[in-house]
Amino acid sequence: MNSALPDPVTPPSFRLYGVGVTSRLLLGTALYPSPKVMTDSVKAAGAGIVTVSVRRESARANSGRGFFELIRSLNVRVMPNTAGCRTPREAIATAHMARELFGTDWVKLEVIGNDDTLQPDLFGLLEAARALISDGFKVFPYTTEDLIAAERLREAGCEVLMPWAAPIGTGRGLANPYALRSLRTYFPDTPLIIDAGIGAPSHAAAAMEMGFDAVLLNTAVARAADPVRMAGAFAAAIEAGRTAFEAGLMEMRDTATPSTPVAGTPFFGLDKS
Amino acid sequence: MLTVFVNGEATVTSAATLAELVAQFGFPETGVATALNGDFVPRGAREATRLVGDDKVEIVSPRQGG
Repeated sequence: MNSALPDPVTPPSFRLYGVGVTSRLLLGTALYPSPKVMTDSVKAAGAGIVTVSVRRESARANSGRGFFELIRSLNVRVMPNTAGCRTPREAIATAHMARELFGTDWVKLEVIGNDDTLQPDLFGLLEAARALISDGFKVFPYTTEDLIAAERLREAGCEVLMPWAAPIGTGRGLANPYALRSLRTYFPDTPLIIDAGIGAPSHAAAAMEMGFDAVLLNTAVARAADPVRMAGAFAAAIEAGRTAFEAGLMEMRDTATPSTPVAGTPFFGLDKS
Repeated sequence: MLTVFVNGEATVTSAATLAELVAQFGFPETGVATALNGDFVPRGAREATRLVGDDKVEIVSPRQGG
């Protein structure tokens, strides 16, 4: 890089429940081919926040401790999820268990309403969010692009919203860009993190160009042929998308306009044949 | 002896409390979190939580997540 040039990238900076966050890429820790690939991917992504979960422990495996030590060694903030919970009651109990284990009041709240689409149950989500917020949790709700659900979640005390791009693990990208754009417009001051359904760096860049604050990924990196390189590709795309948003994209037009000046075009007006 | 369900599996135990059950399984006290019949039981409350037959106990630990 030419050091005489100013750094073109504004250092990203936003706040989640009052905590300053530098990286706009949040990364999941599941589905990697090995623990080493997972930790290398987190580093390559430059992620400052990773998602984790709680699962039934087996007396034989005792696998939780090793995993948590690995995560601690990364020196990143953890966001436990309530993945797989189908009722507010399950999600609330899981969030409490996660808070005790991980020592954080952050929770990525998932209440799943449908096994095929893994679509959030927005009614259960709101109920669980209210209960957890009254218990002192900082709730990051995994929601859809629904504006009214977003409003209710904000009223309940969710300071951050995490709308899906597409169903978890599909990699389909922004399935409903119009609705996501509306969400961004209606909630200009609420941190909005696109969570789930991102498959390619271009999807993440598109979300960032729309002005979303961050992207949460897992499968797209973990299931890449080379997860560590893919983590780097996502980091670059997210930075590019954010910079583009801050720089201000041109308006799209229906008609062509020449970019090269028309005045002074050689041979102008000579073609009379 | 009681039969309780630990992480979905029927288990015969002599443990009288949730704390004893966790210890009998060899789980580190601070490495797991617990729920009883669907409700969270904080670490500090396990000792005072008595088990009865057919209780459903969840014992969880940190794991990978998305």
